[in-house]
Amino acid sequence: MTALSALIRRDIRIALRVGGGALIGVLFFLTVVVLMPFAVGPDLALLSRLGPAILWLGALLASLLTLDRLFMADHEDGSLDLITMSRTPLELACAAKALAHWLAAGLPLIVATPVLGLLLNLDMVATGAVALTLLAGTPALTFTGMIGAALAVTLHRGGLLMAVLVLPLSIPVLIFGVAASQAAIVGPMTFGAPFSILCALSLVSLVIGPFAAAASLKHGLD
Amino acid sequence: MTLIDLANPTRFLALTARLLPWLAAATIILLAIGLYQSATAPDDYQQGATVKIMFIHVPNAWLSMFVWGVMSIASLGTLVWRHPLADVAAKAAAPIGASFTFLALLTGSLWGRPMWGTYWEWDARLTSVLILFLMYLGLMALWRAVDDPSRAARAAAVLTLVGALNLPIIKFSVDWWNTLHQPASVMRMGGSSLDRSFLIPLLVMAIAFTLLFVTLHLAAMRNEILRRRVRSLQMMQASRVAFSEVGTGSREGSTSKEVGAA
Repeated sequence: MTALSALIRRDIRIALRVGGGALIGVLFFLTVVVLMPFAVGPDLALLSRLGPAILWLGALLASLLTLDRLFMADHEDGSLDLITMSRTPLELACAAKALAHWLAAGLPLIVATPVLGLLLNLDMVATGAVALTLLAGTPALTFTGMIGAALAVTLHRGGLLMAVLVLPLSIPVLIFGVAASQAAIVGPMTFGAPFSILCALSLVSLVIGPFAAAASLKHGLD
Repeated sequence: MTLIDLANPTRFLALTARLLPWLAAATIILLAIGLYQSATAPDDYQQGATVKIMFIHVPNAWLSMFVWGVMSIASLGTLVWRHPLADVAAKAAAPIGASFTFLALLTGSLWGRPMWGTYWEWDARLTSVLILFLMYLGLMALWRAVDDPSRAARAAAVLTLVGALNLPIIKFSVDWWNTLHQPASVMRMGGSSLDRSFLIPLLVMAIAFTLLFVTLHLAAMRNEILRRRVRSLQMMQASRVAFSEVGTGSREGSTSKEVGAA
């Protein structure tokens, strides 16, 4: 347990200090949202209708952007080999790393959501709904994305290949995240049904992600 | 002859060389019977002649999921049993599965135009089959991104097993979200809702398409084994050229001699 908490603390510290790049994701999120009014026009009514979708898409891309650092930096300096050889089960170590990554890179996105919602002319209820769905859904993005990150580090290929592999897996999360936010804002569906499916997706990926990532690390690293 | 005896590629090649003509003949005969039966099947009272697209569309859609299932079993073979031919099977199946999925999407959209009035609808089943198609393409990109086949095989196996979670979503999407695509009518509780005059050609076509897949898959596996042999021969030759270059120092002469010998 102490090993895992030490791993989480270490990862968060590395991510937040100089060269960590956790807050790059928030900056990217802000840039994507600011770009949208240039693409669709400064129509406030239209922006508030598209708002949840824009915020979800921005959060998805931002969390994908920072994901390839999840194992790559550790692989470069050799600490990933120590983690795979240590007595802690690799699955738990992967889960701890993903949790640390979510705390450092995913949580700031949710904190930034109210400000960005203001830019997109969303009211209080809508902003709250989007923030809540992001809180429930971004762990699923991180934990499924971790599989792609593990594959990328074993193949020495990052970037575009990882995006191609991870984006199809994240489509259900996107569907139910936006559906739940829209249900809270305009109806006619109830908020509960898509929101609980979103939570279920997060829980499933919480189980699948560490095992798949650990399997690909075990088989891929020579 | 058990599965482990086939671990020897030479034995596998010999067996499939004997099997393939029979499989190909059976496929052609069944496809001919199925196509004839579907051509002579009666028109639907509501859909008219367009119902005949079903005899192509439904087997393609079945196969698109069946092939991923085959690849998942092959991936288990790679990761768990370390069967030497499992990754060959998984790699050979991916482009075939992608083709079946693409044909299912294409025929579905051609069928949707007269029936639903649109080529494409963001309906649950259509969307999840499109995701399946994208996953096939991603898997093929993964196979092509790495030059070492055994390393690519293990990575692709993990991704295939994760993607297998999408299969139940596709199967039950029509029951969960009640949207445009019709619910399951052939395989369901309480028997099929299709009339016999439609059901029999459909089943014949499904068996014919499955045989077609088996034939194509075995042929593709043979090609993949031969391709790997050619590759290792080329690498052996390259290392021989490199060593002889060190020995004699005349690069041009030895290279042309090796190429001539090959």
